[in-house]
Amino acid sequence: MTAPTQGRTEHGEGAAQDAPAQTPVLQAVSIRKHFPVRGFRSKKVVHAVDGVDLELYRGRVVALVGESGSGKSTIARLLAQLMPLTDGTILLNGEDAKTTGRAGFRRYVSKVQMIFQDPFASLNPVHTVRYTLTRSLKIHRGRLGGDELEKALAELLDRVNLRPASRYIDKFPHELSGGQRQRVAIARALAANPQVLLADEPISMLDVSIRLGILNLLRDLRDRLQIAILYITHDIASARYFADRTMVMYAGRVVESGDSESVTQDPKHPYTQLLVRSAPDPDDLDARARGARGEAPSLVTPPDGCRFNPRCPFAVDACRSELPPLLDVGVGRKAACWGYSDRPDRPQLGSVLDAYGQRPTIDVEVVVRADADIAAAAGQEDPR
Amino acid sequence: MSAVPTRSVWTPGEVGRVAEPVLEIKNLSVDYGFDANPTHVLRDVSLTLNRGEVLGLAGESGCGKSTLAYAATRLLPPPGMITGGEVIFTDRSGDQVDVLAMSDRDLRASRWQDMAIVFQGAMNSLNPVHRIGRQISDALLAHLPNMTKKESLERAADLLDMVGISPDRLRSFPHQLSGGMRQRVMIAMALALDPQVLIMDEPTTALDVVMQRQIVEQIAELRDRLGFSVIFITHDVSLLIEIADRIAIMYAGEIVEEAAAQDVYRRPRHPYSDALLHSFPPLRGPRRELGGIPGSPPDLAKRPSGCPFRDRCAHAFDACPTVHPELVTPAVPGDDPRRQVACLLHDPGAVAAAGFTPVPVPVELSVR
Repeated sequence: MTAPTQGRTEHGEGAAQDAPAQTPVLQAVSIRKHFPVRGFRSKKVVHAVDGVDLELYRGRVVALVGESGSGKSTIARLLAQLMPLTDGTILLNGEDAKTTGRAGFRRYVSKVQMIFQDPFASLNPVHTVRYTLTRSLKIHRGRLGGDELEKALAELLDRVNLRPASRYIDKFPHELSGGQRQRVAIARALAANPQVLLADEPISMLDVSIRLGILNLLRDLRDRLQIAILYITHDIASARYFADRTMVMYAGRVVESGDSESVTQDPKHPYTQLLVRSAPDPDDLDARARGARGEAPSLVTPPDGCRFNPRCPFAVDACRSELPPLLDVGVGRKAACWGYSDRPDRPQLGSVLDAYGQRPTIDVEVVVRADADIAAAAGQEDPR
Repeated sequence: MSAVPTRSVWTPGEVGRVAEPVLEIKNLSVDYGFDANPTHVLRDVSLTLNRGEVLGLAGESGCGKSTLAYAATRLLPPPGMITGGEVIFTDRSGDQVDVLAMSDRDLRASRWQDMAIVFQGAMNSLNPVHRIGRQISDALLAHLPNMTKKESLERAADLLDMVGISPDRLRSFPHQLSGGMRQRVMIAMALALDPQVLIMDEPTTALDVVMQRQIVEQIAELRDRLGFSVIFITHDVSLLIEIADRIAIMYAGEIVEEAAAQDVYRRPRHPYSDALLHSFPPLRGPRRELGGIPGSPPDLAKRPSGCPFRDRCAHAFDACPTVHPELVTPAVPGDDPRRQVACLLHDPGAVAAAGFTPVPVPVELSVR
C-alpha cells in the first residue's frame, strides 16, 4: 500500500483547505432517519437524524461529538448500512453506495467496517481469537489456508500491538482484558482491509489508563494504512486529542463543525460553548459554565426553529421559528446559529459563562400549583 | 494558564475546618470467595472521612473502590466477606458506633438515616412500577412511623424541589423522567432523612458532561446547605479534583496515595497518580502525545509480591518486587505532613531495612 505523503504537518489545520482536492471516501448527503413510534395507528416518529452531511477523507479522522440520544450512533449505523435511510444518500468513493442483496452488502462492508463500544459484547464468548479473525479473513479475503492464513493472522495481531501473536491467538475473550479485547475487535475490522473505520465510542467502556493506548493505535492505523476514521464520542477532550475535524451534534442535527483545535478552543455555537465549558478541567476552574439548566428536547416533537432554543440563553423569536442552516463562521468552520447570520433580528451572542452565571429562581407559581396537586393527591389516598 | 492560586509549601492551619471524623474505616479487609483460597480484594485499608468534607475515591475498575464503600456500609453481597477491621461512625452528638458490629435491627435503623448511598445506575435503582413520590414517601414512612402520608408527600415535594425538579413530577413514573432527573431523584431520596454521610458510587458516569456538571453543582450546593459529608467514587480524576476536598487513589485493593485534591493534581507523589493524571487528554493547553499507562491492572487472585504497580511503573527499581510499600509521608521537603503515599521511592527506611539501596525521588514526583 502506498501512503501518499500529503501534508499533515500542522495539527488540526489543513483538513478544510486540502479537502476539496480529493473525493471523500465516504460521504453522506443530507441523510435522515426517522424511527416510527410504537402504538396503534401511531403516526409519530422519532427524528433521530435530520439532514446531516458528512465527509470522510483518506487518512483523516472526523469526530462526532454529542450527548447521549443526539443521534451519533444512529449515523454510524446508517453509514454501515445496518439500517435503511429514511432519506438522503451515501456515496462511497463518489458513487451511490445503496446496496441490494447479500453480495452487494458484503462488498460494501468489506470497505466500511465498524468497531463497537463494548468489546465484552461484540466478541463471541464461545470462540477463540483465532476463529473470530479467521472468519473475518475468509469472508473478506477469500479462501486462505495453511501458512498463508497463519501469516495473515499473525500480521493482524501484530498490527494492533498484540505481540507475540502466539500468546493471544488461542485465547477466549474472557481471558483477555478490556483493552486487549478491543484490540481484537479492531483486528477483526482490519481483516477486511477497510477504507473506512466507523468507531462508535471505542474507548468509553475501557479503563482510563488504557484508553489512550487504543486511541494511539487508531491514530497509528490512520497514518500507516491511510484509513478514514469516524470517531464517535461524548468526550470532547478526546476528540481534540485524536480527530482532525470535529462535528458537534445536538438533537439529531449538526450544530457546529470545523477543525478540532478551533472547535474546542473557540467554540462558536452556544451549545458547543456549553459543552466545552462543562467538561471538567482542573486547570481552569473559573471558566466552567455554572447554573446551566434544562436538557435535550424530545425528538418526537422537536422544538420549532433551532433545536437548542429552549436551553439557549441568547434565543430570540427568530430562533424559535426558523431553523438555522450551517453558516460559515471562519475558514472551514460552520455553525448552525442565527447569531452568525446578517439578518436584522439575529440574537446577540455573549459568553455562556456570564449567561448561565445567575441561577434562575424557582418559579413560585409552579410550586404553589404543585402543592395544591399534592394536597389533592394526598387527600385521595388518605381514606384508604 | 491557571486561575487557581498555587500553594507551593504547606502551611499549618490553612485548610480551615477542624478535622472531626464522621466515618473512620480502620484496617478493613475484604475477601471474595468462601473456598480455601479466597481472593483478598481489600487489604488493611484505612480511610477517614471528616465532617462536611467531600472525599474522592478514584482508581481503575476492579481496584476495589466500590467494594470499600459497600463493605463500610455492610451492603457487600456474597461471595464478598469482611474478614477484619472496624468502621467507626460518629453521630452529631459524638457517640461512636462500629457499623460492622451493629445488630441487624440497629443497622436497619441506621441505614439511610446516618449513611445513605446513591448507586451507580439510577435507572435501575428506582422501582419502575411505582410513582416516584410514593417511593420517596415509603422511605420516610419506614423510618419515621409518626409521619402521616400527607406529611411524607409534602416532604417528598420539598426534596424534589431541593434538587431542582418541579414538585408536580411526584406523580411521574421513573420512565417518564430523563436520566439526569432520575439521578436527581436518587439524590433527593438519599437526602430524605438528612443523613450525615452520603456515599455516591459513580453517580455521573452514565450522564453526559452538561448533565454531569449540573448534578455535581447540585451536590456541592446541598453539601454547603445541609452540611453532610460525601464519599464520591469515580474513575474520572479530573472531575474529582474539581469537587473533592481530599482524594484517595486506589490501586489493586490498596490506597496508594491520599492527599488534598489540589496536591494530588499539582504535586502527585505516587507514580500511579502521576500516570493517571496523564491519561486524560487535556481540553486546553498544548496538544501533546500521551501514552496512557502500559499493561493492565494485576489479577487480584494472583497478587504479586512487593508493590502491585511495579510492572507498569516507570520508576520501579530493584526493591519493588520484594518490599511491599506502606503508606508514609512523602519524602519531599515542604509537603503537607498529613498526606500519605505508598511508594518505596518515598520510604528509604523500608528499602534500606530490606537490604536494598534507596533511590532518590525522581523530579516528576517531587514537584513543589
